[in-house]
Amino acid sequence: MTKVAMTLNGKKVTADVEDRTLLVHYIREAQGLTGTHVGCDTSQCGACVVHVNGRAVKSCTMLAAQASNAEVLTVEGLANGAELHPVQAAFREHHGLQCGFCTPGMIMTAVDMIQRHGGNLDEKTIRHELEGNICRCTGYHNIVKAIKAAADQMSALQTAAE
Amino acid sequence: MYETNYHRASSVEEAGKLFTGSEDAKYLGGGQTLIPTMKQRLAAPVDLVDLGGIDDLKGIAEDSGALRIGAGTTHYDVATSDVVKRLIPGLAHLAACIGDPAVRHMGTMGGSIANNDPAADYPSALVALGATVTTSTRELSAEEFFTGMFETALEEDEIVIAVSFPVPEKSAYSKYPNPASRYAMAGVFVAKTKDGSVRVAATGAGQDGVFRIAAMEQALAETWSADAVAGISVDAGDLLSDIHGTAEYRANLVTVMAKRAVAAAG
Repeated sequence: MTKVAMTLNGKKVTADVEDRTLLVHYIREAQGLTGTHVGCDTSQCGACVVHVNGRAVKSCTMLAAQASNAEVLTVEGLANGAELHPVQAAFREHHGLQCGFCTPGMIMTAVDMIQRHGGNLDEKTIRHELEGNICRCTGYHNIVKAIKAAADQMSALQTAAE
Repeated sequence: MYETNYHRASSVEEAGKLFTGSEDAKYLGGGQTLIPTMKQRLAAPVDLVDLGGIDDLKGIAEDSGALRIGAGTTHYDVATSDVVKRLIPGLAHLAACIGDPAVRHMGTMGGSIANNDPAADYPSALVALGATVTTSTRELSAEEFFTGMFETALEEDEIVIAVSFPVPEKSAYSKYPNPASRYAMAGVFVAKTKDGSVRVAATGAGQDGVFRIAAMEQALAETWSADAVAGISVDAGDLLSDIHGTAEYRANLVTVMAKRAVAAAG
């Protein structure tokens, strides 16, 4: 057992876990945040995507101990109180989900993608960037629309702020 | 996953001591192969020595006609580095084709080459560019380093420190990814060095991992054009055959990827 401490959605947390504990299990079981999902468990589907030190990673393919003392952001950390994050709002507006199982990973991947590309996101780039996230319901079309809309909105907000 | 003991090393020396002090240890790079392998219980090291906290292993620098990339540098950092894009754009493109964005954020060059998966991308670049691998004890040419499928010249406790790539006149990589895994079904890296010699290396296709294609190298040294390699086939008898594709299919892919790589290099 090892004491693993990290900053999870802005809050300092700690838990004693086995060294073999995956980050996704630390988040779900030790910290009780079940928004991050386990889909394929083989690094393919992306339902478990979270951000570690600002970068999207698959939390089923990383030990909790590797994220020791890191800043970890999950889907629960995106909204500002009752106000949804622009990407969350865009997924609702554009119906970017059906069953919702892949949605937390899709949204965390989308936020990361928009952070890296800013407002320069076109449909082709979005589809390429979604290679590591699998959705079995939507055919991706509305997910791509939602990400494009959120990227445009966030980039316009940023321009207005400047 | 079986039980394991996790250790985070803060220096190469400390990592080596942790490793040799264990009865059965493995080094952990970005973990994008090793963690899934452990989850499938195909690997069960008693001790895991994480190299991810060693700052000396990270970084990209131009160094007297060569590009030096620390073994702990992620695929994402290679793919987006202005220095890599300026000096060896083919290498930046290759890194951008590995796995998916989340995998590229974690996976490292050192981890990839130390594993020497026959379908990994980097081995083709190292061999075609004539790279030198610096380890904790010595320097090896890429061709000395890669010795066979999942096999390298590394001793058990030896650590890859950095890879140094001579800057070529031009180079490019073309890959046909497996549609599910994104590993190379066949990937070909072509490079023309500043002294005019040509090297061509293929990954994903060979039974013993990465290999050079001498006939293509000779043809391209005479005429640098996609047409020069269009009629050259590799022997299917030496290629992988599995549920994803037959050896004959891969042999055809190697020629097609070589043509595309030469065209991309310009």
